[in-house]
Amino acid sequence: MSTPAARRQDPDRDPGLQPERTRLAWRRTTLSGSVVAVLAVKTVLHGGASAAGVTTGALCCVLWLGFLSIAHRRVRTLAATPAPVAFAPRHAAAAVLCTVAMAVCGVALVL
Amino acid sequence: MIEFVRNVRLWFVPTEVRKDGETPDYRFSLANERTFLAWLRTALALIGGGFAVDQFLPDLRWAWRVGLALALLAAGALCSLRAVNHWVRCERAMRRGEDLPVSRFPALLSLVVAVVAVAMVLVVLVRWEG
Repeated sequence: MSTPAARRQDPDRDPGLQPERTRLAWRRTTLSGSVVAVLAVKTVLHGGASAAGVTTGALCCVLWLGFLSIAHRRVRTLAATPAPVAFAPRHAAAAVLCTVAMAVCGVALVL
Repeated sequence: MIEFVRNVRLWFVPTEVRKDGETPDYRFSLANERTFLAWLRTALALIGGGFAVDQFLPDLRWAWRVGLALALLAAGALCSLRAVNHWVRCERAMRRGEDLPVSRFPALLSLVVAVVAVAMVLVVLVRWEG
């Protein structure tokens, strides 16, 4: 633990804690994704666990893992430097792709 | 529509965004990223809502249950696509020093949520009366 005085002396540190807030936003979003994955697995188990259902449920879990890895990589980048580089559009697209694919899995499970 | 296709290309070619203008203060980019993540959470909540309607309203008639679930899932997918599109547009506007893009989407989404909420109140009241 650094004292408040020591923290004030660090010129690189953003007093608004923006990197930390962004890290927590990633964690919250991953948590929301976890809820969706759990609900998907519950739907599969409730539906009598057919082969197609289990495959879709497993796909949802893989998508959740994909999202987790994007989030983890970004969190590490945010922690590495005091002024982190901007988020890459490719990773944003990948995160959205995971979300949309989860919705598509949902459509397959509901129908 | 053509603008949207051009933006889709930007999602996958990050160097093209970096070519435009100059890099803004990293805190602005982080704020934009957090807004993107907030929209993504909204999308995930809508998708979770779709699953929840399907799972936790077994008394609802099949057509209503599946229709509502599909509508929520579609809204979630739409919301996430719009999230990344808006993020790329904001990022580019900041690099070029332009005004941030305006959007009708938040108003539209809140109207839809309000209509669904009122519909749910009516359904509950009708059930209670009958």
